[in-house]
Amino acid sequence: MTQPPLQSFPASADAQSALADAAFVVELESFSGPLDLLLHLIREQEIDIADIPIARIADQFLQVIEELGLNQAAEYLEMAARLLRIKIQMLLPRSADGDEWEDPRAELVRRLLEYEQIREVAQWLVERASDRAARFHRGWVPEPAERPPPEVVIDLDSILEAAERVVEGMPQPIIHRAVPRPLDVEGATRRIEALLVEHDRIDFRLIVGERAHVADIISALIAVLEMARLGMIALIQTRPFGSFTVANESADRTA
Amino acid sequence: MNQLTGLLEAAFFSAPRPLSLGELRVLEPEASDEDLRRALDELRDFYDSGGRGVQLVELADGFQVLTRREYAEAIAEARIVHRPRKLSAAAIETLAIIAYRQPVGRAEIEEIRGVSADGVVRSLQDRGFIDVVGRGEGLGRPLLYGTTPYLLEMLGLKGLSELPRLDELSVALRPLADLPEG
Repeated sequence: MTQPPLQSFPASADAQSALADAAFVVELESFSGPLDLLLHLIREQEIDIADIPIARIADQFLQVIEELGLNQAAEYLEMAARLLRIKIQMLLPRSADGDEWEDPRAELVRRLLEYEQIREVAQWLVERASDRAARFHRGWVPEPAERPPPEVVIDLDSILEAAERVVEGMPQPIIHRAVPRPLDVEGATRRIEALLVEHDRIDFRLIVGERAHVADIISALIAVLEMARLGMIALIQTRPFGSFTVANESADRTA
Repeated sequence: MNQLTGLLEAAFFSAPRPLSLGELRVLEPEASDEDLRRALDELRDFYDSGGRGVQLVELADGFQVLTRREYAEAIAEARIVHRPRKLSAAAIETLAIIAYRQPVGRAEIEEIRGVSADGVVRSLQDRGFIDVVGRGEGLGRPLLYGTTPYLLEMLGLKGLSELPRLDELSVALRPLADLPEG
């Protein structure tokens, strides 16, 4: 009985030997990005960063991302495409004078150097952080809770008392009285006419009476104004904003 | 030890973070800055002489009493304190970029590192090492990030000026014109 061979992932035996043939070593550690991998390849083979053999590096880069299963990551694929493009640009014939030729690797080199600089600073930061981590500061002590809350003791009386307090505190339901016609000008007119039968002159305050509702006052006022307009009464006001007197104009005629 | 030095020691003992000169002034309004400096020197000398376990350190725009390096191993072994979690390479690289380029947006960080910075920026912000310091001018007014005083505290730096100057690094950026042709 034969067991199926164990699949070793991501690096198969073939790939291992291929990597060995290529004479560069890639440890199965995770790279922090395509630039990291690229720098690794360059530094590992002691390549002059200013004169990168782009065709070789591009091939190695592709090989590694495939072996490490990184060929799914967009960032690595983008770098692979960039390397291939530079490789092609390097193959293009240059103009005879050569003055205008710009090294297609220049931008990549600038980025690699910039990245390497960041890596160096990062290393410095790691050292500083580990030095600081070896010196402890006084620990943070959380503020003690004010005091443990007293145990809850429940008896029927206190529950009922509480319920009563709640019920008492509830706002009374507000029921609006629906008044279809709060202003009753006709009623007020009839009342004024009745009053004028007895009095030739009557003060407006007496017409509305004490503690009159605002609707009654307005009804009376409208009635008075309407009657004055019709010439049934005269309005006599002795000073601004003072009360006024209603005088019966038709008294003489009816009398 | 004079009265003011004792007061400072008590303040440092009470605080789990660095205390700025401004905060120390409030402790004793009568004391001049010269008095405070003298008291801080006295406290530093006091800790530095006679095998004390702690030292007075100037960091993050303030002063803090820290334990000495030589005792770190034993204290951590005994699980009296936990050493802080180590940052990933991606996080440290991102911090390095932000420290030098601040205020800097995510796009620039991604361009330098060649990878997406979304997760790492958020985690650095969650841990309080960086914070949003403004918005850029470009499309969508991108958030710009900068380092916090807490980062300085965690690195044991007095200020950003203590970061190595770029021309001091072994990899100095050469102008493109210097690149050999061909």
